Amino acid sequence: MIAESLQLVADSTPFLLKGAGYTVLLSVGGMFFGLVLGFALALMRLSKIAPLDWLARIYVSFFRGTPLLVQLFVIYFGLPQIGIELDPIPASLIGLSLNMAAYICEILRAAISSIDRGQWEAAASIGMTRTQAMRRAILPQALRTALPPLGNSFISLVKDTALAATIQVPELFRQAQLITARTFEVFTMYLAVAVIYWILCSVLAHFQHRMEARVNRHDQEPQR
Amino acid sequence: MIRVQRLNKQFNGQAVLKDIDLSVEPGEVIAIIGPSGSGKTTFLRCLNLLETPDSGLIQVGDVEIDASRPLKQQGGLIRRLRQQVGFVFQNFNLFPHRTALENVIEGPLVVKKTPPAHAAALGRQLLAKVGLAGKEDAYPRRLSGGQQQRVAIARALAMEPEVILFDEPTSALDPELVGEVLATIRGLAEEKRTMIIVTHEMNFARDVANRVIFFDKGVIVEQNEAKALFANPQHERTRQFLGKILGG
Repeated sequence: MIAESLQLVADSTPFLLKGAGYTVLLSVGGMFFGLVLGFALALMRLSKIAPLDWLARIYVSFFRGTPLLVQLFVIYFGLPQIGIELDPIPASLIGLSLNMAAYICEILRAAISSIDRGQWEAAASIGMTRTQAMRRAILPQALRTALPPLGNSFISLVKDTALAATIQVPELFRQAQLITARTFEVFTMYLAVAVIYWILCSVLAHFQHRMEARVNRHDQEPQR
Repeated sequence: MIRVQRLNKQFNGQAVLKDIDLSVEPGEVIAIIGPSGSGKTTFLRCLNLLETPDSGLIQVGDVEIDASRPLKQQGGLIRRLRQQVGFVFQNFNLFPHRTALENVIEGPLVVKKTPPAHAAALGRQLLAKVGLAGKEDAYPRRLSGGQQQRVAIARALAMEPEVILFDEPTSALDPELVGEVLATIRGLAEEKRTMIIVTHEMNFARDVANRVIFFDKGVIVEQNEAKALFANPQHERTRQFLGKILGG
C-alpha cells in the first residue's frame, strides 16, 4: 500500500513539477505586478488630488470586497462576451495581480503614512524634492514596516493560485485533479500536493525572515 | 543677507504671525525667546517654508520668495532657498536607517551630487568638528540624544548653508546632555556663522547671541543687543516674561 502510493507519487513527479512551475510563475508574476500596481495605487491614495484618491479607494474596495474566484471567472469567462478573449494563464495572472494590488496598496499606504512627518521635513530641509525624500528617506523605512504583511500576502497568493485550476491553468492543483481522475488515488495525490505547497510557502517564509533581518539591521549594534 | 518683510501666517483663522519684519546681517547670531504659543517656532519654520506663510517676503542670499504667490509655482526656488538654510529640529529627525556619516552626507550626495569620496571626507571632517569622530558607522538609535543632535548639526553644516536655523535644539534633551549641544553651537558662533536660534536657554541666549528677539502673540515685542535686553527690558511684557523665567 505505502509502496504503491510512493510509486504513484514518483510516477507523477514530472506532472507535479510542471504544475509547481506554473504555480511559482503565477505567484511571482502576481506579486511583481501586484507590487507595481499596488505602489501606484498607494501613491494615488496618498495624493492630494481627490479624484485620484477616490479612484484608488473604489478599486481597493471592489477587489477586496469580491471573491478572487468570481474575479477570475469574470476575466476568463466573462470578458469574451465583450470581445476580450484571454488564454488561461494570462487571464489568471491578470486576476491575481489585480487582486494582490488591492491588498498591497493598503499595506504600502499604511506603511508610508506611519513614517513620522519629521522625516519628510528633514529631507525637505536639506533641499530634497518630494520624490527624492520618498525614495531616500521614507520608502526604506516604510518597507521595514511593510515587509511582514507583504510576506503574508505573498504566502496567501501562493495558495490562492490553486483557484486558477478552475479556469484550466495546468498548475499544481489542476495536475493533481487530472492525475486523480485517472488513478482514483485521491488521498495520496492531494496530500502530496499539500506538501509541495507547504514546501513552497516555507521557502518563502525563510526568505521573508532573512529580508526582515536585513532591513532591521540598523537596530542592531554597529559592526566594528 | 536675510530679509523678512511683512510675514503673516494664520492657523484656522487665528493669526499666529502678524506682519513680521526682520533683517539679519552675515555673521550675526540671533536668539528668539518668548512664551510657548508666541509664534517663534512657526516663524522659524516659515523661514525655510516648512510652514506655509499666507503672505510676506522671504529673502535669503539671492533667493527671494513671495509668499502671497502660490508656492507650488516656486518649488525650484524653495529648494534653492532650503539648500542655503540649514535647519536643526527639536527632535533631531535623523534618518534612522542611515549611519551617522550617511546622515551627514545625504544632502551633498543626493541634492548637490557631490562625488561620494569627496562627500565622505567632508562628512568625517564635520563629525570630527562636532566631537563625534569614531561614531561614523553608528546608527542614530545607538547614540545619545546629545550625540544625535550633534549629528543633525553636522548634517545641516554639510550643505554649507548661509544660515542655520535652530528650533529649540536642546528642549528634547536630558538636562545633562544640554551642555554638549550648546557648546557645539557656541563653537559655530565663534566661527561667525549666521544663526537664528529659538531657545528657552536664557543664559545661552545672553552669552552667545548678538541680538535677542522677544516674541509674544505673533509679534516682535522687543529686540535688542543681547545683554541690554536681559539687563534692561523696555517693555512690560518682556519684563514679565523674563521675570517668570529668570525668577527675578
